[in-house]
Amino acid sequence: MIETIKDKDISEQNLNTINLGPTHPATHGIFQNVLTMDGEKIVHAESTVGYIHRAFEKLAERRPYNQITPITDRLNYCSSPINNFGWEMTVEKLLGVQTPKRVDYMRVIIMELARIADHVICNSILAVDCGALTGFTHIFQQREKIYEIYEGICGARLTTNIGRIGGFERDFSEKTWKQIKDFIVDFPKAFREYENLVNRNRIFMDRTIGTGPMSPEEALNYGFTGPNLRATGLDYDVRVMNPYSSYQDFDFTIPVGKQGDSYDRYMVRSAEMWNSISIIKQAMDKMPDGPYHADVPEFYLPPKEDVYTKMEALIYHFKIVMGETNVPIGEVYHSVEGANGELGFYLVSDGGRQPYRLHFRRPCFITYQAYAKMIEGSVLSDAIITMSSLNIIAGELDA
Amino acid sequence: MEFALLFKILIVVGVFVLTLLVALYSTWAERKVSAIMQDRIGPNRAGPFGLLQPLADGVKMFMKEEIIPGQANRALFILGPCLAMLTAGMTSAIIPWGDVITINPESVPFSEYFTFGESKTYIVQAADINIGILYAFGVVSVGVYGIMIGGWASNNKYSLLGAIRASSQMISYELAMGLSMIAVIMMTGSLSVREIVEQQDGFNWNIWYQPLGFIIFLICAFAETNRAPFDLPECETELIGGYHTEYSSMKLGFFLFAEYFNMFISCAIIAAVYFGGYNFPFMHDLGLSDNAIAIIGIFVFLGKVIFGILFFMWIRWTLPRFRYDQLMKLGWQILIPLAIVNLLFTGLGIIVFK
Repeated sequence: MIETIKDKDISEQNLNTINLGPTHPATHGIFQNVLTMDGEKIVHAESTVGYIHRAFEKLAERRPYNQITPITDRLNYCSSPINNFGWEMTVEKLLGVQTPKRVDYMRVIIMELARIADHVICNSILAVDCGALTGFTHIFQQREKIYEIYEGICGARLTTNIGRIGGFERDFSEKTWKQIKDFIVDFPKAFREYENLVNRNRIFMDRTIGTGPMSPEEALNYGFTGPNLRATGLDYDVRVMNPYSSYQDFDFTIPVGKQGDSYDRYMVRSAEMWNSISIIKQAMDKMPDGPYHADVPEFYLPPKEDVYTKMEALIYHFKIVMGETNVPIGEVYHSVEGANGELGFYLVSDGGRQPYRLHFRRPCFITYQAYAKMIEGSVLSDAIITMSSLNIIAGELDA
Repeated sequence: MEFALLFKILIVVGVFVLTLLVALYSTWAERKVSAIMQDRIGPNRAGPFGLLQPLADGVKMFMKEEIIPGQANRALFILGPCLAMLTAGMTSAIIPWGDVITINPESVPFSEYFTFGESKTYIVQAADINIGILYAFGVVSVGVYGIMIGGWASNNKYSLLGAIRASSQMISYELAMGLSMIAVIMMTGSLSVREIVEQQDGFNWNIWYQPLGFIIFLICAFAETNRAPFDLPECETELIGGYHTEYSSMKLGFFLFAEYFNMFISCAIIAAVYFGGYNFPFMHDLGLSDNAIAIIGIFVFLGKVIFGILFFMWIRWTLPRFRYDQLMKLGWQILIPLAIVNLLFTGLGIIVFK
């Protein structure tokens, strides 16, 4: 039950109601906060969600498994590959498919690139919301390079629909490997420059330290995960706690904050980007040879030459394209460490061609519940910084 | 017709046109400077290097539909930007562009049509009032009314918040600004801008005597012109557009243009008061005539102003902005005490050294 403020209180205490959103420049996406203000101070806040609700969970109940991947693109569109792979791994878990190491490592590279892209956006937009635009334009060129890598792999940039159930649609090309190699050399330079500009800037620190604080207990009660939880000092990371896609093969640290304020969230994300670069390097070094997809002919499209020449391949091709392959009956939960926290897929299958029920555990939706509480008592400027540092993505919030 | 009058008219028109031009091209420079800083290209379509961009912007502003919100107070809504623009334009009168120019009646073409007074010297300044500094401060503080009225009349809560921020910010920072200026006035003993400039002959600039005062004045100038890191009244990420959220068309243009105007005025006052105005080092050792030095001085002054404007832009595109309470804290708890300390030390210095 949401506690609402009474009209009587507003008129008696001479308060003022303003709408932060749905179309406010600082709400990156569409969501509304009705703020009751005493001057610049927020007395009461009420969040509204659902402005871009597209009923993905319901849509998924009418689609064959391989056609659900494009839906997951639109959850957290800043790091869609993580969503794509998360979904594909969920289906693989249901089918009991073991993916080759090469696929795992390739996925790790792309997922860590996506994490960098997402954190780059969050951290640079936080600085923009503080009023510093220059760092953002510089670091955004690096995100562009990540998008070019996506483009080389799957042909799309934002809504990637990358990978297939069981692996990848094709191996990375020579050019892609070179792009990734260049990226892990160029990015640290550019990112260090950005950090020099922003991290120790006195005004930036004054603005973010102590803004939107969160205690570990409260964060756990709200169900925070990801960088927002780690900023409060808890070292929960799905990649380590419940490794998927061979994350146990890599050596990396879990950065944690102390106070759980905006600055800690910013710094945790920064440190994670350095970790991601190190993971990508390790994966490049260890990259094994082998097939780029698991042997699941019912789900993985056969090569076109075979479709034209072999009966079996033609049948599988037809069944996959028409979405006519059945799956085992069962219930699966699989979660990946998304850029904003634990991105979970709860899948119930009744054995048919489509899920009986699919639920996305969307970290933004869970984090956003705490937002109204976090900003009460602070000023309007802090509310905006807090929102930026939580990295609320409207697509993931509303699903 | 009296020649002095003609010269004055020429100067007034010239100063006005020059001020407008500098302010106009500040908008272009802002976009170009930010583009260079952000690794972009910036405007390059209208004319060579996008030099006609300000004209294109102006035409765009005039052509746009003018929207006045239904619940707004029409008269005040229109008065707001007018007042902002008017006060911004009025201050340029006291800016000393150059030293005196000596003109012999014989050397003037068509001299038979003019009458000449006793004095053969003419000043390159629209109005040399003996309380120039006071005038500038007075007019600038009226400028806040434009923002306040505009923000209030829009009948928008974000505009109102912006207007409140603007008024409290400008009033607070005017105190520190005035106090740091008083130290200069104590040293020079004059409120006339021309006399302050004249006392800084050659390289004897006030900045060497008033470094602290200069820094305080500079910070306050940023706050007075509502520019980053003090652009709280209009900060787009919090208040959408602040006081000009509801404005469109040329009325919006007036508000934006007034900001550039104010920036130019601030830079001109800084250049005149702290950086010796039209004086430049070794000006008397070059062996040039007084008139030549005066004309070089005009360009030197313009150069100093442009340097100041570029500095303003550099700061704007580098730093994040303050929060409202931090801004007030900086103004009242740091700058004003510092300005008073500066005042005391200046007084001490005057007693000891003069």
